[in-house]
Amino acid sequence: MTELIKKTASELIELMHSGEVSSVEITQAHLDQISKVDSQIHSFLVVNAESALATAKDVDARRKAGEVLPMLAGLPIAVKDNLTTVDAPTTAGSKILEGWIPPYDATVVTKLRNQLMPILGKTNLDEFAMGSSTEFSAYGPSKNPWDISRTPGGSGGGSSSVISSFQAPLAIGSDTGGSIRFPAAVTGTVGIKPTYGAISRYGLIALASSLDQIGPVARNVLDAAYLQDVIAGHDPFDSTSLPDSLGSMVEAAKAGSLAGKRFGLIKQLSGEGFQQGVRNRFAEAIKLITDAGGEIVEVDCPSFEYAIDAYYLILPAEASSNLAKFDSVRFGMRVTPEGNPTIEKVMSATREAGFGPEVKRRIILGTYALSAGSFDKFYGAAQKVRTLIQRDFANAFSKADVLISPTAPTTAFKFGEKVADPLAMYLNDIATIPANLAGLPGISVPIGLADEDQLPVGIQFLAPSYKDGLLYEVGAALESTLEGIWGKRMIDFAPKLEVN
Amino acid sequence: MAKANLMDYEKAISLFEVVIGLEVHVELNTKTKMFCGCRNEFGEEPNTNVCPVCIGLPGSLPTVNKKAVESSISIGLALGCQIAPTGRFARKNYFYPDLAKNFQTSQYDEPIAFAGALDVEVPSGKVFTVQIERAHMEEDAGKLTHVGGATGRIQGAEYSLVDYNRAGVPLVEIVTKPVFGAGAEAPELAAAYVRSIREIVRALGVSDARMERGNVRCDANVSLRPIGQEKLGTRTETKNVNSLRSIERAVRYEIQRQAQILADGGTIIQETRHWHEDKGSTSSGRPKSDADDYRYFPEPDLVPVMPSNELIESLRAKLPENPADKRKRLAGEWGFAEMEFRDVVNAGLLDFIEEAVAAGAKPQAARKWYSGEIARIANSEDKDVSELNITPAQVAELANLVDAGKINDRIARTVLAEVLAGKGSPEEIVKAQGLEVVSDDGALIAAIDEALAKQPDVLEKIREGKLQAAGAVIGAVMQAMKGQADAARVRELVLERANQS
Repeated sequence: MTELIKKTASELIELMHSGEVSSVEITQAHLDQISKVDSQIHSFLVVNAESALATAKDVDARRKAGEVLPMLAGLPIAVKDNLTTVDAPTTAGSKILEGWIPPYDATVVTKLRNQLMPILGKTNLDEFAMGSSTEFSAYGPSKNPWDISRTPGGSGGGSSSVISSFQAPLAIGSDTGGSIRFPAAVTGTVGIKPTYGAISRYGLIALASSLDQIGPVARNVLDAAYLQDVIAGHDPFDSTSLPDSLGSMVEAAKAGSLAGKRFGLIKQLSGEGFQQGVRNRFAEAIKLITDAGGEIVEVDCPSFEYAIDAYYLILPAEASSNLAKFDSVRFGMRVTPEGNPTIEKVMSATREAGFGPEVKRRIILGTYALSAGSFDKFYGAAQKVRTLIQRDFANAFSKADVLISPTAPTTAFKFGEKVADPLAMYLNDIATIPANLAGLPGISVPIGLADEDQLPVGIQFLAPSYKDGLLYEVGAALESTLEGIWGKRMIDFAPKLEVN
Repeated sequence: MAKANLMDYEKAISLFEVVIGLEVHVELNTKTKMFCGCRNEFGEEPNTNVCPVCIGLPGSLPTVNKKAVESSISIGLALGCQIAPTGRFARKNYFYPDLAKNFQTSQYDEPIAFAGALDVEVPSGKVFTVQIERAHMEEDAGKLTHVGGATGRIQGAEYSLVDYNRAGVPLVEIVTKPVFGAGAEAPELAAAYVRSIREIVRALGVSDARMERGNVRCDANVSLRPIGQEKLGTRTETKNVNSLRSIERAVRYEIQRQAQILADGGTIIQETRHWHEDKGSTSSGRPKSDADDYRYFPEPDLVPVMPSNELIESLRAKLPENPADKRKRLAGEWGFAEMEFRDVVNAGLLDFIEEAVAAGAKPQAARKWYSGEIARIANSEDKDVSELNITPAQVAELANLVDAGKINDRIARTVLAEVLAGKGSPEEIVKAQGLEVVSDDGALIAAIDEALAKQPDVLEKIREGKLQAAGAVIGAVMQAMKGQADAARVRELVLERANQS
């Protein structure tokens, strides 16, 4: 039998259903891999072997007893550490929450537990999901399994590296400006940001409420679809969650097809200034789409030029307010200065010690953007850009069913390369941010390795809001075409990790 | 703290025009809080009615209490406001330890209700129309208790305790436009306005409206400008004045304080001030400027509230009678003299009398009891009439016992005391203690005969036309019956007796 950890989630589900493999075996295999490689990769902030195995045992016993179990019962999963879990510390990658064990589970975590999925642990992220490399995690960065001198992308570098280093078959991510899709692109994995509101945010430690969206991280499109189907749906605890179901993503993925669809090539994101290897793979993907009967049309989205500017006003503005609750009064770190300090001094010393540089940068930026006298110029103007971007999308979707671009301008970058230059770091998200500003869904699917560095490249598909199924349909079709050409899966190209 | 110099009130009014503005916070009596399912209950063990949402734990999200929205709309409608077809919540950002998220979820540029007006009658009988600028929904903060330190305030306290039971309790903040022209009656108008708001929310049933519990809280803005001057003076905002009487006193105090400062050539500092009930004065709080920067922005965690026309109209149809209209109607129905009615209103007895009348009392009888004996007892015990242990229905029962001649006034007062002491309802007490007047003529005639036997000349005097002579016999009979006789009936029987013989 091929190693269990190399199987896709869909394959593992079948193996469990047919009784060939138990959940304990699958869970243990991943825990073994975690022991082997995570000291190098640092995907996890906490591993919960005991509780994962307990869930696995329970599933196996119940399956043996003939009980009808939920679809994903027994399939292990990793959860980004900005989702609350009652049985594991939840830090959001910040010192200010070190050791905090929430008294409640995020809605998505509850859904995973209801599916009887063993939760292997909590994955690393840039502090409060602010970053594109995990270098801003207070607990040290995660490494890219393709080249451990490079970042696995961010903020969800823990979840992307956990999948690409076979430590878990599935993971949960969150995407505010590309935190699922960018890490997926640079680790050769699949990541989806669903339509805003498709998945409850209750229990997701908020970065920017109007942009945040939880989504699946997986080895292939079908696996991601399985996960989205079980975590999506209206939640009475999140009034921004969509009232109606978006349908079955698994069915959409299984129906995968490119033929007869119009693919809008976004003029502003067609690759100018992007790494050559990225452009080459993207061009090949376009050719494959055409060969499969898809039609390519060019669409113009002139306001995308201002997307990063608008994003870096709206996000910090909301974040500055969302992060105000970290004041030492009710939970988390407390720093009490010498003498007889006032509450303001305690709050201020705690926030000074507890927050890292990128978080402080964005709080300051956001506080300024919202302040009287700046509000119209910054926050107000950014909201107008947001409206213009939504209008650009509406125009584009009148000509095309799905929009395409490379997911990221470059392949994985090296540690330290951009951390000192916030603007360069922000540019990684140039292709992913517009979807968050407009609330619509996007997927990143691997399309090969760049010629110059042999590192993964991803293509991004964007669909109109509520049409997440369309992304699964075209994503799965392109993926299967590419796997046919390669004769194996993208992830199988990954160099074997050295085991210390 | 030296007490400020105060100008004589009459003089202040002769020199300055008073402009007031009132912000009233009404706590709604919904079962649950504004944005979570925690119980909205006063006076429970601290930090027991809390959850991840109302203590602002990371990851938690608010959801809007539908009933609170409906109550807010009802308040807006009762104040003659327009209701916004779509209203967003906004975050008011500031750091304070009673504020779990360090922002208050409130409404900013899209209040649920706006542009209303309320007619308010002051004790002199004059009616002022107060323009309502807006009424918006928001959440209450937690309650801080500062321990140690002399002032009981956060400055200088050794430590502070926070109770988040109140955090997230739904509030409606009602803001007036500046009110001009009340002159010397500005303090009374301020109090009468708050009383009207209290009456309205109580009539709507949307708030317990108990000021002593902070269900209704008032911030009073006061500014003065020299008579004839166009430009408004600098205002102060006196916070959380928690009784009608204090509102009146605080506004009066601010007028006198500001007038003296202005007359001395000083300037008024724009600031919040604290009212001290015990000293009858205000003291400086924190400076407040229009530039206080709360960095308001639309609450991204909540979708806008969009009340349908059907909902608004169904709430409008359920509005109770406006208190001012109701007063007019009752004044007509009850036939009180104008002064009698005004006294009843000013003493806050209207609702009680109305309930007693509804329970079957004659209006004058109910008025007599409430503004007489009951008010006197409440006063002597330094209580509000509502705190006395007697219901309007019991007052009606008592009044009707007297009316029916079953007890007389003197016994009725005894019965009242027993009711207040918790011995039961008036009828129960009368029955249990055998206090009913003797209406058995036989018993009365026997007593009369006995009295006449001792005063044989009485009948003769009566027959001669000296009817007052009957008094001596009546007195003797009443004494013999231990007061439990209807004196009028005794008199009738004595006179009959004189005519028979």
